[in-house]
Amino acid sequence: MRRFSWFNVTSLTLGFAFLYLPMVLLVVYSFNESRLVTVWAGFSTKWYGELLRNEEFLDAAWVTLKVAVFSSTIATVLGTMAAYVLVRAGRFRGRTLFSGMIYAPLVMPEVITGLSLLLLFIGIGLDRGVLTIVLAHTTFSMCYVSVVVSSRLTSFDRSLEEAALDLGCSPFEAFRLVTLPIIAPAVISGWLLAFTLSLDDLVIASFTTGPSATTLPIKIFSAVRLGVSPEINALSTLLIGIVTVGVITASIVTKRAAVAQARDEQAAERNE
Amino acid sequence: MAQTVFAPWEDPEQKPLIEFRNVTKRFGEFTAIDDLSLNIYEREFFALLGPSGCGKTTMMRMLAGFESVTEGHIWLGGQDIINVPPNKRPVNMMFQSYALFPHLSIWDNIAFGLRRESKDKAMIEERVEEMLRLTRLTKFARRKPHQISGGQRQRVALARSLAKAPKLLLLDEPLGALDKKLREETQFELMDIQEKTGTTFVIVTHDQEEAMTVASRIAVMDEGRLVQVDTPDVIYEAPNSVYVADFIGDVNLIPGTAKPRPAEPEAPAPEPAPAAVEDAAPAVEGTSPEATAQAKVQTDARLPAPNARGEWLYKKVFARFMGQRDLATPQLPPPSPEELAAARKAEAKAAAKPAPAPAPAPKPAIKPGGILIDWAEGQPPIIAANGDPALDGKPVTLSIRPEKVTIDLEKPDRPNVLPGKVIDIAYLGNISTYHVELASGQMVKAQMVNARRLSNRHITWEDAVWIGFTETAGVVLEE
Repeated sequence: MRRFSWFNVTSLTLGFAFLYLPMVLLVVYSFNESRLVTVWAGFSTKWYGELLRNEEFLDAAWVTLKVAVFSSTIATVLGTMAAYVLVRAGRFRGRTLFSGMIYAPLVMPEVITGLSLLLLFIGIGLDRGVLTIVLAHTTFSMCYVSVVVSSRLTSFDRSLEEAALDLGCSPFEAFRLVTLPIIAPAVISGWLLAFTLSLDDLVIASFTTGPSATTLPIKIFSAVRLGVSPEINALSTLLIGIVTVGVITASIVTKRAAVAQARDEQAAERNE
Repeated sequence: MAQTVFAPWEDPEQKPLIEFRNVTKRFGEFTAIDDLSLNIYEREFFALLGPSGCGKTTMMRMLAGFESVTEGHIWLGGQDIINVPPNKRPVNMMFQSYALFPHLSIWDNIAFGLRRESKDKAMIEERVEEMLRLTRLTKFARRKPHQISGGQRQRVALARSLAKAPKLLLLDEPLGALDKKLREETQFELMDIQEKTGTTFVIVTHDQEEAMTVASRIAVMDEGRLVQVDTPDVIYEAPNSVYVADFIGDVNLIPGTAKPRPAEPEAPAPEPAPAAVEDAAPAVEGTSPEATAQAKVQTDARLPAPNARGEWLYKKVFARFMGQRDLATPQLPPPSPEELAAARKAEAKAAAKPAPAPAPAPKPAIKPGGILIDWAEGQPPIIAANGDPALDGKPVTLSIRPEKVTIDLEKPDRPNVLPGKVIDIAYLGNISTYHVELASGQMVKAQMVNARRLSNRHITWEDAVWIGFTETAGVVLEE
């Protein structure tokens, strides 16, 4: 093993400190006995208990979850369809314009997306609530899904689909039985991305929400304006925990699958 | 025995399974297939052969239904299929990349097509097992495609495409991904399976050896057109154009101008050949005047000239026991480097022993007729007895396979002999190919089978040699 030099160790420490120190502080203070966020008064888990009894936070969490699940699912369906058509259609007049238009929301300022959606909902007289947030989140997360899925589809061997057609599948069956199972990892990661985006979106949600639906980010934001409470710290710690567990699980699963595949292939070579 | 030779294309009663009728395919401005008509018969193993971009893959994809037809019609078993989608055609295809479904096991891959058309589980199971046995994959049935080797994948692809018992199986460069040894084995396996199942196979390949091995007929394609459609031996032995001759195997192409050749052999020598000879070959008399004259000059310079009858008797009878007379007095080669001297000595020794010459001692008669080809200033014309006299005066190309060209240090007794110099030798183990430069600068390849170990090694770089070939060995092609 090569030993790390003094310089490497320092830069690594600084880098990680910059990234994670704020979060570490937040996690540490979530276990603070004191009501004052910045004064340490001993270890306690009482704020987690408080959190579970706080109806408002639980409601907001429920709304957020609903919005995230629905919007990411709709966005995945639409985004996959868009990606499929754009990759498969080949070259036609205006293709670049179309694909550009799909990707534009990626760089569009959220404030503008939110404002324009608000104007649209008011214009068509749609009551603002869970439905409007779902629609708004679908709109902006769809393009992320289509980016992820289309990058997988460009490396997809077209002859697999042709083989399915050749063996008697209708085009839709070919997609359902062959294409979809093979690109499933990309579709799932697209869904996860959309889910995460929806989960933590504040700007667009606050433009399109109504009094009946408050999402967690909105709730936290408005609570913080009245002063940071240890309860918020506890809530944030839970969110960090969920995300961390998710990411680590996903990477372990991927890694195991890769290792298993490599082992199988080696076995196949030996069998020859 | 009724039909020992499989040749439905020669039987006008036979209805073709596939008919391309004036098919044209354009991609924008580019014409991939140009007004092409072709019949393929049931149980054929038909090869579409050509360089990349010649349209062979487009033809196959039109048969499978993945490409539309711009103009014309394709009939399959009496049905016009140009508007039938690929999933409704009684055609299956084996893809170049095999296109195995990576998320399904070998068993499910093979069952995939069967499940689309039938719900009968027992029937599917039986058929899959049968295909597994046919392709010797039974013990891999539960594996995924990435868990088996390339050769096994290739067999899965074949089993999957045959499972539905299609009328027609299309194979798109099926063996391209296999190494040479496995490829050769698989070619025979393919032929075997084709015979067992009785399916019509159409194979696309750019590998002429593969096409020659497996196919009953080959279509050589160039730029969207069929250049020649024939059995492998006809394609090889009687190509109809310089393109086909050059594309299939190794070939020498000697351009020249045709001139007429007397249809009857001239008879300058004393006439009556021995009456008792059952084989009507009058040895010397049959020679073309030029060759005879040349041979005579050579012989006269060294030996007391026997008369024609004596010559005939010697060649017919004594040469068998005594070896070829000419070899006993080797003509000195042009001055050669010192290091070759030893080789020469050995050669002289070898020559003194019973003649190793592969050519039979009795000189065959040269077939009359055909044409002479003027191919170089100051050189005797090449005799091509199979040339069409109508070509008189036209530029032609003589195409001759290297294995039909002999190479000797001594002037051999052959209808066509040309002097040259060895430029290069390729030793391939079973055969050696000599690149000989003729006086005109024309390069000719001559091939020798290395039947004996280290035989013919005495011919080496820079040697002055004679190449020879018969009057019918080449094919005269019009420019």
